[in-house]
Amino acid sequence: MTDYTNYLARQVMLGKMNRREFMGRAAAFGVTLAAAGTMFDTAAKAQEPKRGGHLKLGLEGAAATDSKDPAKSLSQFTFVMGRNWGDMLVESEPLTGAPVPALAESWEPSADAATWTFKIRQGVKFHDGKELTVDDVVKTLQRHTDEKSESGALGVMKSIKEIKADGGNLVLVLTEGNADLPLLLTDYHLVIQPNGGLNDPNAMIGTGPYKVTSFEPGVRATFEKNADDWRTDRGYVDTIEMIAMNDATARIAALSSGQVHYINRVDPKTVDLLKRAPTVEILNTSGRGHYVFIMHCDTAPFDNNDLRMALKYSMDRETMVQKILGGYGKVGNDFPINETYALFPEGIEQRTYDPDKAAFHYKKSGHSGPVLLRTSDVAFPGAVDAAVLYQESAKKAGIEIEVKREPGDGYWSNVWNVQPFSTSYWGGRPTQDQMYSTAYLSTADWNDTRFKREDFDKILLEARSELDEAKRKEMYRTMAMMVRDEGGLILPMFNDFVNAGSKKMKGYVHDIGNDMSNGYIATRVWLEG
Amino acid sequence: MTGGGSTRDPAATMAGVAGSDPQLSVAAGTDASKGNQSLNTATSNDQGALSPWGKFVRKSPLAALILQRLALSVALLFAVSIMIFGGVEALPGDFATTYLGQSATPQAVANIRKDLGLDQPATTRYFQWLGGALQGDFGNSWASRNSVSEQIGKRLGNSLFLAFFAAIISIPLAIGLGMLAVQFRDRLVDKVINVISLAAISLPEFFVGYLLILFFAVQMGVATFPATVYDSMGLTERLSAIALPTATLVLVVLAHMMRMTRAAILNVMSSAYVETAELKGLSGLRIIARHAAPNAVAPVINVVALNLAYLVVGVVVVEVVFVYPGMGQYMVDAVTVRDMPVVQACGLIFAAFYIFLNMVADILAIVANPRLRHPR
Repeated sequence: MTDYTNYLARQVMLGKMNRREFMGRAAAFGVTLAAAGTMFDTAAKAQEPKRGGHLKLGLEGAAATDSKDPAKSLSQFTFVMGRNWGDMLVESEPLTGAPVPALAESWEPSADAATWTFKIRQGVKFHDGKELTVDDVVKTLQRHTDEKSESGALGVMKSIKEIKADGGNLVLVLTEGNADLPLLLTDYHLVIQPNGGLNDPNAMIGTGPYKVTSFEPGVRATFEKNADDWRTDRGYVDTIEMIAMNDATARIAALSSGQVHYINRVDPKTVDLLKRAPTVEILNTSGRGHYVFIMHCDTAPFDNNDLRMALKYSMDRETMVQKILGGYGKVGNDFPINETYALFPEGIEQRTYDPDKAAFHYKKSGHSGPVLLRTSDVAFPGAVDAAVLYQESAKKAGIEIEVKREPGDGYWSNVWNVQPFSTSYWGGRPTQDQMYSTAYLSTADWNDTRFKREDFDKILLEARSELDEAKRKEMYRTMAMMVRDEGGLILPMFNDFVNAGSKKMKGYVHDIGNDMSNGYIATRVWLEG
Repeated sequence: MTGGGSTRDPAATMAGVAGSDPQLSVAAGTDASKGNQSLNTATSNDQGALSPWGKFVRKSPLAALILQRLALSVALLFAVSIMIFGGVEALPGDFATTYLGQSATPQAVANIRKDLGLDQPATTRYFQWLGGALQGDFGNSWASRNSVSEQIGKRLGNSLFLAFFAAIISIPLAIGLGMLAVQFRDRLVDKVINVISLAAISLPEFFVGYLLILFFAVQMGVATFPATVYDSMGLTERLSAIALPTATLVLVVLAHMMRMTRAAILNVMSSAYVETAELKGLSGLRIIARHAAPNAVAPVINVVALNLAYLVVGVVVVEVVFVYPGMGQYMVDAVTVRDMPVVQACGLIFAAFYIFLNMVADILAIVANPRLRHPR
């Protein structure tokens, strides 16, 4: 037993295992959680972060059109940049997803969760030397909720009615109770800027661990360490260089030749080749993003739940994960939540490929003739292949699916959320409430399955202001079951974030929040040797 | 604006060189024929009463031609700007929806449209843009809100830098190899040069790029990769960064120019005066360089001009593979989100380069050929 736990501890030291994995495996071996925790800490301490060095990242998703304004940050590149130079009020814990303090030191909801008071941290300096005040925070949030706002966080901020300062505190009044408010403030657009960025939204001045030294959109960005950083547990390297590399092969070549320490978006098709390089390790993290096949519940023939069930049972999820994700993902269960979300309803039976049940429901639905599925490569990587695989597995249940390939250009405006049966993807949201409110509430703009159920909406709103976690979890179970058994969503797979790094790079945190260690990659790692 | 394949196809241009009359071979060059025509129309003027323009044409036909060509270029650029505008308008989705992509909310879309004046009719927007452009103001990028001229300045500089080095290596090399191939025609040297250059032109440029990266950057580790260049970079660093993309471009354009040179010279080699030169006892290379090459220069100039244009406007793929921040990638990014001011400015610059290089090629062809200089 000690041998095994020692082995695990060594894995921790080598940076091959994070706390959650370690605890899980040690517990499975009969070590108590407390003891395992101590062991993890001792092992992790042996892996003391090293300071200094020049970190280079080669990232996909940059364009010459990238904006310096965090409100308009849309690309993977500016997402990471914002995390480097700025801070939000709240961060999410990498392994549990719970809200943890950042520029807000602590917070307190009212009993109905409709009024929230945030204590703002004192003594934090912006890169220009100015001290952070509550006023800066108020102005920042106002800028993102403004009627004229073009902020990507507009949807998240919609429910905030009033933003005001109260002494050293920030007070937010919501239109209705929301127990998840702190997590909404982790949104990467909501970087706190001096005077809310009203003077110059493009200044890229914040409170983050790195100062921007140069930025050419679509080309390159460089950073230097912020000597006045208010935190010591981040920002280990001296300088950062982020290089835009939109070509997948270029990224792999750059990493395997040692020109960069980290790349994102490794294609599942080539990941096995990259694995062979002795200096490289694959960094894959479970995510909330999922690839979906969506049917409009209010449009014939998909207004028939038996047809929807038939199509759900026709999906061979395991094959999808293997063939489309190269094994880097998890099977889905036809509701948009997985175990990375807080209050995940465990124990819901996994839906599997069952041609007999599919045929049964198909017969019951009385539908005949082919079902038209529209898809495009922009829906998600491999979407056209996935549609063809689906066509094959449905054929065995006697269901004929006609796959129509649409042009990628304009897919999001002309096909997705317009045509009754199409392929798409969803990135994760910080909370279950956010995910359901964005895409399953009757009135939501992006209700891309046209799932309109008053009883569902009612539970969703009740759950939102429910501060009792046990009750809330039960409500989320009910909602998950409704979407799974009556909704228009076929969710074959949740995709992992597949990135890769040099073995010299240590301390990578597998953050369930979002891709690239939730964007914090550059602030969390250090370089060895 | 050349789509790689068709304009770089040597067979298309070479077919015209088959005739032995030098005049014919000039007409075969892509744009030389147009130069010829416009010259003819200009001369037809002076048959009646001599207008001031007619006098000018008679006095200095070359200058008249250049002036005519310049006026035509402006009209062409104007037409190009309308076509680009119409093209981008015809694409599905406007800037607001494509920029925000799947994450667009109706309010954010409406805010952006209002802010940029996208709610106005297309003709109004076009003339607003044209008004600015005529005063030299290309406006700001809709996406990044930075000045287009400033951004393009940098990107164009990078593109020209790469194109310049690719050109000064490839052009002398191509012409030299072409002459060499003629000298040793149908012998081993000629065949080796032919096979290698054909192989290089047959491989797609991204594949050539990947091969170079694989061998020189990943396996041997001698070359710099990625080829990202930036402001604070020294010249030597910059040169080492562009070594691989330059090599790729040289390989891609070399064969076309080399084979054209070879064909054009071979064509001249069969004429009587070359035979005379041989009978005089001149050495093979001297005949080629001194007597044959100058008479074969017109088609070669045309091919060189086409390839130069390609080096500036057609290297998007090479830019992407080598992560080189040139104009091509900039324009592709802008088209993806329908960033009209950037697309317009890039399109006009590309068109201007194309027109300019073709004009230079025509003029040089005329200068090189006395018969075209003094039309009957």
